[in-house]
Amino acid sequence: MQRFKHLHFLIYFIWGLTATAQSDVAVPLYEDFASFQKVVLHDETNQVKLINFWATWCKPCVKELPYFQQLHEKYPELPMVLVSLDKKADANGRIARFLAQRKITIPVVVLADGRANDWIDKVSPDWSGSIPATLVFNRGEKFFFETDFESMEAIEAAIDIQSLIKNK
Amino acid sequence: MSLTIITGMLISLFTLNAPIAPVALKPGDTAVDFKLKNVDGKMVSLSDFKNAKGYIIVFTCNHCPYAKLYEDRLIAINDKYSKMGYPVIAINPNDPTAEPEDSFDEMKKRAKSKGFKFPYLFDEGQKIYPQYGATRTPHVFLLNAQRVVKYIGAIDDNPNDASAVKAKYLEDAIASLQGGKDIIPNVTKALGCSIKVKKA
Repeated sequence: MQRFKHLHFLIYFIWGLTATAQSDVAVPLYEDFASFQKVVLHDETNQVKLINFWATWCKPCVKELPYFQQLHEKYPELPMVLVSLDKKADANGRIARFLAQRKITIPVVVLADGRANDWIDKVSPDWSGSIPATLVFNRGEKFFFETDFESMEAIEAAIDIQSLIKNK
Repeated sequence: MSLTIITGMLISLFTLNAPIAPVALKPGDTAVDFKLKNVDGKMVSLSDFKNAKGYIIVFTCNHCPYAKLYEDRLIAINDKYSKMGYPVIAINPNDPTAEPEDSFDEMKKRAKSKGFKFPYLFDEGQKIYPQYGATRTPHVFLLNAQRVVKYIGAIDDNPNDASAVKAKYLEDAIASLQGGKDIIPNVTKALGCSIKVKKA
């Protein structure tokens, strides 16, 4: 388990590097929620992770990406994932280019399961389905925000960053 | 000007601008009526529809890709159901200072270019959407003639591809309402754009 965890982090790290170095890379694509859940949301009670749901067409999402990037650079030990709700085809190059242009190096995946009514509640029963939305796991505690953030400091305050770092 | 008048004006100013506590309507709740400006300049209320058996209220807008994906389906739904007594009433809940594409002028252009035959109303001052608990565009509220909420949620289960829809949630809900049957499901969720509010 411990080894797997490190491997996981390493994979994220490599994704981060490739996104900056080589912008035409494909990003991981999940066409059904179950497989996304297994990899990205797995083991909710035992991990610390920040997951942001966004899309390239969503203006408030794109506006807050730099604040998450600042957070990522300030706390590289905090695992973060951007979950793009763009089209399936966008996983093949477009998303990586979009993020590279904006110097966003947070690992990204694409979730393109159209049957949203079946899975929105599994992310959080508090989610109505609008984006941006941010989910935080803090070793058994789960926090959900269906809102956009105005600054990195606003994210730090909302998610209790010190507790996350301490529990990492 | 006397102090009393000034105080009175100040009080009325605050009362008028007091934020309305958001209510998330649930099936079974009674929704409020409203009087909102349509793209043709006329004011529209639910009570204007004298023979309505129900109302298909859709919070939607110009800018949101999910809203755009459903425009043609809304037109078809209105064509089919308004003559049965269930008109589509579209409301743009966004603040145009936060999203210029959703200004009243842009709404007029959009309604004209798409040939909307249903009202496309502007929630000026954002007073109505919080009283429904709309959180995204598109977000549907199906009411019966007495404005009792019968269904809340998505139009169907496939925004990206109308031809691949498996569950027509809204149309199934209307059919059940017409037939006096229980509506199952009466709440669904969908991805959408957040409602745009100007930040202080």
